[in-house]
Amino acid sequence: MKTILRFVVALSSAVIALPATAALNVFACEPEWAALAQELGGDRVSVYSATTALQDPHRIEARPSLIARVRSADLLICSGSELEIGWIPLLLTQSGNPRIQLGSPGYFEASQQVARLEIPKAIDRALGDIHPGGNPHVHTDPRNIARIAPVLMERMAQLDPANAESYRSRGKSFLERWQAAIARWEQQAVPLKGVPVVVYHKDFSYFINWTGMREAGSLEPKPGIPPTPSHLAELIDQMKRAPAKVIVYSPYNSPQAAEFLSSRANIPAVMVPFTVGGTDKAKDLFGLFDDTLARLLVAVK
Amino acid sequence: MALAVAAALGLSHAAAAQTQDELRTLREQVRQLDKRVTEAEQAAIQASSRPTGENAMNPAVSVILNGIYSNLSQDRNGFRINGFTPTLGDVGPGKRGLSLGESELALAANIDHNFRGTLIASISPEDGIGVEEGYIQTLALSYGFTIKAGRFFSGVGYQNQIHAHAWDFTDAPLANKVFLGNQLNEDGIQLKWVAPTSFYWDVGVEAGRGRQFPAGPAGGRNKNGVSSGNVFTHVGGDFGTGTAWQTGVSYLSTSPQDRTFDDPAGTSNSFTGQSRLWVLDGILKWAPNFNPTYTNFKLQGEYFRRRENGDLTFDATGAAQTGGFTSTQSGFYLQGVYQFVPMWRVGYRYDKLNSGATDFSAPLNAANFPILARYNPTKHTVMVDWSPSEFSRIRLQAASDKSRSDVTDHQVYLQYIVSLGAHGAHKF
Repeated sequence: MKTILRFVVALSSAVIALPATAALNVFACEPEWAALAQELGGDRVSVYSATTALQDPHRIEARPSLIARVRSADLLICSGSELEIGWIPLLLTQSGNPRIQLGSPGYFEASQQVARLEIPKAIDRALGDIHPGGNPHVHTDPRNIARIAPVLMERMAQLDPANAESYRSRGKSFLERWQAAIARWEQQAVPLKGVPVVVYHKDFSYFINWTGMREAGSLEPKPGIPPTPSHLAELIDQMKRAPAKVIVYSPYNSPQAAEFLSSRANIPAVMVPFTVGGTDKAKDLFGLFDDTLARLLVAVK
Repeated sequence: MALAVAAALGLSHAAAAQTQDELRTLREQVRQLDKRVTEAEQAAIQASSRPTGENAMNPAVSVILNGIYSNLSQDRNGFRINGFTPTLGDVGPGKRGLSLGESELALAANIDHNFRGTLIASISPEDGIGVEEGYIQTLALSYGFTIKAGRFFSGVGYQNQIHAHAWDFTDAPLANKVFLGNQLNEDGIQLKWVAPTSFYWDVGVEAGRGRQFPAGPAGGRNKNGVSSGNVFTHVGGDFGTGTAWQTGVSYLSTSPQDRTFDDPAGTSNSFTGQSRLWVLDGILKWAPNFNPTYTNFKLQGEYFRRRENGDLTFDATGAAQTGGFTSTQSGFYLQGVYQFVPMWRVGYRYDKLNSGATDFSAPLNAANFPILARYNPTKHTVMVDWSPSEFSRIRLQAASDKSRSDVTDHQVYLQYIVSLGAHGAHKF
């Protein structure tokens, strides 16, 4: 018993002796929100991304390491709209951290700050893994980032008043650069207007809406249901009648289905970064859109 | 867009009209139009950002349905696990032929900013409704503390806390059957603390009424204090970018009073004393880049060791005899489940129990307790399952069960498990 006590005391003092971390501990569900928090927070924040571009944010295990991170978070930023419903509720209840519970200032759902697309008219599991709150992948439209950034900036200022000025000035600088970048990207994206595209999952809807591309089909027969041979055969038939110009998929999707359709229908398949870290060039939010557009423009040329 | 059209229209009109007044009017109209468009956009954002709580104010409701076809080579009525005290829990191999499994109805919601409530009712195919779990849990305690109160699956070991519908095999491991009566759900209170460390570390204590085995199947002791205590701790983390692990140890201490069991030989026995159970558990999950969608692997194992000492009463003829009883028993299982392509998984589990050393003091002797005679049960189980979506699973399982000292039961199960309603989140 004495040894156990001594062990507990030793461990506790080790824990207490941990170095003081940055002012604001941010837990981001997806890399795009980690990148945005980093842009706004600079060295005043310590940002952890729960997922990488190689993971499907719908299907994440509530791993012990994630519980440990949520335990010490001051701000949790997720896409929301039920994207993380399979894992975030568990992390919240297991963490014993009141700061980031639903309704606390430390709980931030990015998709709630913008108008969502594809809010389903009918809600039924027979329709696949649909999100009653609308499509949660809002970050693929850079204008949404511009809408979310000021709200997030104010939230960070509220949680960490000592650094409020820093967040606001960094936010202002980011938004100026971002608006300029949007103007540039919109120029670059002109050739994409009206281009029919086949997606893997409905995770590019906002990008398609922004650029004026046209969704001609998806490799998943229903949202969240992996591609099936019969559905791919239908798509090949459909492509014969009305060919799309490009097939896009994300780094977390297996390229097999996209490549299969690409070879059968003779349409280029392009892996786009989808989020920060998805490709070597998508190092930050700017790189994400630079590289996405560059890859698509090459493919539709 | 509307602004651009209006501006274009305005310009052509202005050129024709060539009067300052008209230009001013048009400018004003454009300004009004712009204002209306902005307002409409704002309204659209407002409308779409209505908070999506759990079904407005209703709790999240979900239902688990399962049905099973069983083919057993041995009569289930003679089922026993030799070498071990019967738990009176639901440990048998189930009915032969087609049957409906236990259905589950779960309701959960945040009660207010302080508490969350969960009720999970099990509806047995024959008779009534039972409360599997019904507890409240704190949301707003600081420093990593959480308190749970009510009826809940005890945090002893790993598998005990997981609902049967989320198990990787149709039935519980033999060790869970003999040491925890299949699954221990306790009426009590649990305090858990998550340490502020970069790796995962929790420590918890539970105090309970002891309503089930091992404290006793009699519904708990008739006393004010605590009859069952459990302490546990887990550590966990990640190895690299694909492997997550967790390991834990728990210690369950109970003081059974008049814990009765019937020996298949026809006698009625009861035990009063101390029962102490140590459980060591470990779990390892691998998925390339932590993306389990295509392939993943899960390794899970637990080791149980129990020491019981006290008085055993033996009653064969109506003349009860009481004597001292001590036993030290152990068991473990190890299982691996591999998803080799999306939707399809295969798994194997090995079970082994060790009935260990059992001592009886006079006037009792070992011959009076044939079921406790030394025997080490083993079991091999294989399964394959198909999950076309997150909400449905069909499983085929085959096992060679040597729970009984005299026969081997060859068991085949074909089972469906589906969930309706709110999207459940499963524990690691």
